[in-house]
Amino acid sequence: MPTLIVLLVLALFLAAIFTGGYNKQFFERVRSSRTWDWLTTVDHKKIGILYLMAGLFFFIIGGIEATLMRLQLFAPGNELFVGRTFNELLTMHGTTMIFLAAMPLIFAIMNAVVPLQIGARDVAFPFLNSLGFWLFFFGGLLLNLSWIFGGAPDAGWTSYTGLALNEYSPGPGVDFYVLGLQISGIGTLIGGLNFLVTIINMRAPGMTFLRLPLFTWTAFVTSGLILFAFPALTVALLMLMFDRLFGSNFFDYTMGGSTVIWEHLFWIFGHPEVYIVILPAFGIMSDVISTFSKKRLFGYNSMVFATVLIGFLGFMVWVHHMFTVGLGPITNSVFAVATMAIAVPTGIKVFNWLFTMWGGEIQFKTPMLWAVGFIPTFVLGGMTGVMLALPPADYQYQDSYFVVAHFHYVLVGGTVFGLFAGIYYWWPKMFGQMLSERLGKWHFWTFLIGFHLTFFPQHFLGLFGMPRRVFTYQTNVGLERINEISTIGVAGMVIGTIFFLINIVYTLRKGKKAEADAWGLGRTLEWSIPSPPPEYNFAQTPLVRGFDALWVEKEAGNKSMTPSEPLGSIHMPSPSYIPILMSIGFFIAGFGFIVRGIPAAAIGLVVVFAALFLRSFDYDHGYHVEPEDPEKGGKE
Amino acid sequence: MANQTNSSTEMPNHLETATFDGKNKVLGFWLFLGAETVLFACLFGTYLALRNQSLEGPTTQELFDLKLVALATALLLTSSLTSVLAMIKMNERNLKGMVTWLVITLVLGLAFLVLEIYEFLHYIHEGHTFMSSAFGSSFYALVGTHGAHVTFGIIWIITLIAQAIRRGITTETAPKLFVSSLYWHFIDVVWVFIFTLVYLLGKVG
Repeated sequence: MPTLIVLLVLALFLAAIFTGGYNKQFFERVRSSRTWDWLTTVDHKKIGILYLMAGLFFFIIGGIEATLMRLQLFAPGNELFVGRTFNELLTMHGTTMIFLAAMPLIFAIMNAVVPLQIGARDVAFPFLNSLGFWLFFFGGLLLNLSWIFGGAPDAGWTSYTGLALNEYSPGPGVDFYVLGLQISGIGTLIGGLNFLVTIINMRAPGMTFLRLPLFTWTAFVTSGLILFAFPALTVALLMLMFDRLFGSNFFDYTMGGSTVIWEHLFWIFGHPEVYIVILPAFGIMSDVISTFSKKRLFGYNSMVFATVLIGFLGFMVWVHHMFTVGLGPITNSVFAVATMAIAVPTGIKVFNWLFTMWGGEIQFKTPMLWAVGFIPTFVLGGMTGVMLALPPADYQYQDSYFVVAHFHYVLVGGTVFGLFAGIYYWWPKMFGQMLSERLGKWHFWTFLIGFHLTFFPQHFLGLFGMPRRVFTYQTNVGLERINEISTIGVAGMVIGTIFFLINIVYTLRKGKKAEADAWGLGRTLEWSIPSPPPEYNFAQTPLVRGFDALWVEKEAGNKSMTPSEPLGSIHMPSPSYIPILMSIGFFIAGFGFIVRGIPAAAIGLVVVFAALFLRSFDYDHGYHVEPEDPEKGGKE
Repeated sequence: MANQTNSSTEMPNHLETATFDGKNKVLGFWLFLGAETVLFACLFGTYLALRNQSLEGPTTQELFDLKLVALATALLLTSSLTSVLAMIKMNERNLKGMVTWLVITLVLGLAFLVLEIYEFLHYIHEGHTFMSSAFGSSFYALVGTHGAHVTFGIIWIITLIAQAIRRGITTETAPKLFVSSLYWHFIDVVWVFIFTLVYLLGKVG
């Protein structure tokens, strides 16, 4: 509690200093500032940029954590980060990368692209969209504050009970994990719900489900997975919170509890989560490969079918993370078969990408490089996935570096490559400037080589018996050289990421201005409007006449989309400060629970409910923009 | 979006989906209920796994009194009916009738809550608490989460009644009222499962 008050006073002082002191015009100045505009925005394009910046920030933090771990493992018996510090690094690396880097970067691209691809002026719930972002952000902030407030969580990103209970994990670390993830998880759930409704209800005339671009399809299935998977995490975290904070006994076997329940709930969420982060990458790949091969996506219907099937099967396979728990041969066999079945729709996708490129006029722009690099890398990860799906073999592989190599091949080789492809591909649409191709190629090659150098040897580390999550290893058991190579590979990924950051800074300063159809090859609706799009996206809602809507018009010799409505004033939602206010309330409440300061927690919850009431009684009707003269009708 | 609202001159039959925003809200809420279903399914699963772990505390057979629970069930199920009647009145633009039925719904919900609190106090007196055993934890987590939903629903509906009285039944208030009614039915359905899987199953062992 005293800490909190000190922080609050400090924040007020800082605010006073940076704004030139409090005076009568203070609120006026705040309201008209650009910062206030960004904090209260409900525009999906701006929220996409916020997600992108926050996601890249956490990606760099998670990357630093990984680099530190690899430095420790450079030599046997190294004493750089040992014991608890190493455990904190590995826990925070996994948690940060999954929840605070991969998820927001996916939401960044979904926000920036999905409404444009379906010909919508906005998402279905602009307010909830903003709320989803701020909850994610403050949840992530809370989680990372653990580094300075009493130690980061150190029970692994899976936070298995037993280990994660008070008895074995004293201190606030795991509490930060529980509450930080709970808050950001609610944000993610809200975001997923928003995109489901957006894609179902907001499609432009003629944009039937089987004309949706594949990225939108994967965003749709991913949102469905989020909707049905995250509540399981919510319940699991709630129970862990009760066990740690309020003395309940869900996981304490001496009081009749069961630690396996945590594993079940965590993986009922956790396995769909894997598909939540990989499916949008598949979608990005499909759009990018089709665009830069100048060909219609091969087997569109089977791609859609495969996406839906992967989403469905994703819920049926969680026990393959628990083969060694001892649930019995029947259970293990059923889940093993289900797991291997996923290889079929995934294989359909891989072949469809190859057939899309076959005979196409391929242009190796940076996004296409990432997409082409992605295919073999991801296939390698998929093959080891099928190996891990065999229960008898899994008894050998489990908890070894083989597993680490496997999931980095799918998560980095799949999701991260996909996200980079997507960022390069849609950056011009988001910011109106082309990222440098030269720097982009440097980024790709150094990252690709560094990645394989780091993770390919880890397959062998695992097969030679090196356990994961352990901060050291012995000499003379054949692990030294492979570990050295693996650590050296990290340098490649670090250098690649630095090229990427330089590219961003360079482009923001003097990047080439992007056309509406930035690559000259656009097939989908987002390329039919200016880069960056006006705040209302489409001056007139387009009429969609086929799959690859813009390409259909191009082939018919039209320069632009046929409008489906006359020009008229466009309704826009008003910005709102309530989302950030509510998220701050959650943040205070979470922090209060962590420091066991119930009054602080109560204050936070009061803020949350006050924000809910403000929203419920708020009948703001937004404002109208005249598309002919957007400057006059705009809010600035 | 104003240009996509129902432009026919006749008043629509279903006020809650008369505007585009209303349609979004109703669909979004149905999906939200899907998420809530998973949430309760997880709590049910946990309860079913741990319900026999009562240690030295009272078991389900000793603890549950079906008469009291049956009364609570009847109250809550009736409140679902009155909530439907309120929605019918809403679509007839009958503000007074709607508010009357909503208030009856609230009274039934409150009565249910009072019974539940009485029940919980009784159990705590018997030595069956949140911290006494894994059975206790999972029981209170499941039934307590349901109770919290009822409490939230009551507060929510009160604020909506206030809005309806202030603004009348409009295409803006109607979707809000309608989704709150959906929510109320949902917690009713969950209670049916609680009654079956917690109380009836608890009695047969």
